[in-house]
Amino acid sequence: MATSTSPVNLTPDLPIHVIAPASGWVPIRLRELWEYRELLYFLVWREVKIRYKQTALGVAWAVIQPLFTMVVFTLIFHKLAKMPSDGIAYPVFVYCALLPWQLFAFALGESSNSVVANQRLISKVYFPRLIMPMSAVCVGLVDFAVSFCVLLGLMAYYHVMPSSAFWTVPLWALLAVTTALGIGLWLSALNVKYRDIRYTLPFLTQILLFATPVAYPISTVPETWRWVYALNPMVGVVEGFRWALLGTSGWAGMSVLMSVGVVAVLLVSGLFYFRRMERTFADIV
Amino acid sequence: MRPAILADKLSKQYTLGRREAYGSLRDSLVRAAGAPVRMVKALAGGRAPSDGANILRALDKVSFEIHEGEIVGIIGRNGSGKSTLLKILSRITEPTSGRAEVRGRVGSLLEVGTGFHPELTGRENVFVNGAILGMRKVEIARKFDEIVAFSDVERFIDTPVKHYSSGMQMRLAFSVAAHLEPNILLVDEVLAVGDIAFQKKCLGKMDDVSKAGRTILFVSHQMNQLRRLCSRIVWLDRGTLIETGPTADVTNRYEASFLETRTAPGDLASSPGAEFLGWTLGKSGSADHTLYGFGPTTVRFRLRIDRPLRNGHHGICLYDRDGEVMWGTGTDNLDLDPGVYELTYVMSTLPLKPGPYRWHVSLFSNGRFINNLDCVPEMGIATEPLGHRRDEYAGVLNFPYSLDIRAVSGAAHDTRAAEPLVETVRS
Repeated sequence: MATSTSPVNLTPDLPIHVIAPASGWVPIRLRELWEYRELLYFLVWREVKIRYKQTALGVAWAVIQPLFTMVVFTLIFHKLAKMPSDGIAYPVFVYCALLPWQLFAFALGESSNSVVANQRLISKVYFPRLIMPMSAVCVGLVDFAVSFCVLLGLMAYYHVMPSSAFWTVPLWALLAVTTALGIGLWLSALNVKYRDIRYTLPFLTQILLFATPVAYPISTVPETWRWVYALNPMVGVVEGFRWALLGTSGWAGMSVLMSVGVVAVLLVSGLFYFRRMERTFADIV
Repeated sequence: MRPAILADKLSKQYTLGRREAYGSLRDSLVRAAGAPVRMVKALAGGRAPSDGANILRALDKVSFEIHEGEIVGIIGRNGSGKSTLLKILSRITEPTSGRAEVRGRVGSLLEVGTGFHPELTGRENVFVNGAILGMRKVEIARKFDEIVAFSDVERFIDTPVKHYSSGMQMRLAFSVAAHLEPNILLVDEVLAVGDIAFQKKCLGKMDDVSKAGRTILFVSHQMNQLRRLCSRIVWLDRGTLIETGPTADVTNRYEASFLETRTAPGDLASSPGAEFLGWTLGKSGSADHTLYGFGPTTVRFRLRIDRPLRNGHHGICLYDRDGEVMWGTGTDNLDLDPGVYELTYVMSTLPLKPGPYRWHVSLFSNGRFINNLDCVPEMGIATEPLGHRRDEYAGVLNFPYSLDIRAVSGAAHDTRAAEPLVETVRS
């Protein structure tokens, strides 16, 4: 066959792609992902543009949602249930956790739905499919940046000084996004085959919210159960945020390490699972 | 020399049948209740166990080579695997078995305007669409003015495309695609839409592209387009490769395959006295029974007379595939002595829409039936369709025409004198 001919031809420097059925687990191919970084950028940019063009209130939604949730939480958990807040003004305390939470919840929802939502693209163009959940999680960062500014205003109003670890905020945001991506990779691939995911997701997110110290401080969780509790990677993320911004709970090393560990497992397994499933996307979706 | 594209026994199978393409998790859970191992396998493998389901072979051991700089057309009826082949080569879907090698950067154009969003402006869509098609940001920025100029929508480039006419959207999307510079371009039947003038512009661009040494593989149903552009043709039928070869040979055989080949017996097969022997098309009487252009058309029938024919009548009729009469005429008072005759019809034009047609000729003597013939093979008309691009409005005729709209009174007349507002020439 021609495969054995010597490479004497017009343009010998062209790379050769071999197309053949893969079996079992396939490599992630990070280099290819890197080559497609501009597509990632454009997909995020497109999504952000569309979101703000199609809504009447535009960017205001990024503020309204966490702000109203904060008000409701303050009324219910603080005024009625008398929830402690580690000595911080409750609105700041809860808003500070709602920020990463909403970033996570939004990113999770978008990424889980990303493959199904882009089915036209999948069946018409080739690009590394991982770009879809990845771009979906990044879109939430814009909202996050906007609502973060509100937090600064809120802190100023309640005279809360940011701690010296303030600069670590981007790292915690990254951890929140990575958590969403880790779960999103699994769910988006499963969603192609089992559309049940769409109905399961809001329920799952809600349960997870109550299993995360958003409305209450982690100090209310019994010591003996903390390690089980910290299996929820969002525990570490929220604790990290409060530590970086409010300097309250002290360095929550254990839960943060647990988070990073769980996220790493989710992410790596999710990447491989997604890559394994992606070859059937164009045929099933 | 190593080919630009090498396909080696490429096969693609789809599982049809009871099992839905995507089921609900419940189904899987129920099925898995007795066999957890299988459940895990189903979740992890993504491949359904073939429980007696039907297998559709979309492609079956297709092998070919395409060299650098070639333009190759893919033809075949619907469901012959053309799109599947392009999808495999552009890595959208994986083959079930076999392998392919593709040298260089591949651009695939299986749809025009992939990723276009109505809310975004023309400018924004050009960037997004370009990136989706695999262009770099700097590349799009560099070619931006050229792309916009090519599309003729400069004035609206900062308007959301939802306000565009469908033609404008199409032109803009095409323009982005036309400026792709991959080493290999895979094009599905996207050039079938859009107005003819713009189509020509795109085809010209494609021609330039291949002269620059790029390889193009494209699917089309328009034989004239293929004849104009391609050097070679890959002919697929029901997933298998029928042949690859020079354009003229393969397209002719492909079109002949549509024409009825079995010999249709006349109403009275061997009626004594005379017999029609066959027919040819064109002045030279070549074996090709397909009409490729407009203009004078010659059709010849051979007739053998065994016994003298007196007060004869000869009738001719042209049917379409559905048996509708397209045209017919008759000639009376024929007196022919035994011998072989050639009946030559010359028509100034035969402006029928592309498709298969059948000539029917007959002979009577003193009102008594002598012989008739349902001519085989059928006549193929393969002219470029110039009518409405939707079949239901295009009618049965097809011919070059021009349209000129100009104001003769009213405001437009006053301001723009007698300058035409619209000029269309389709030929």
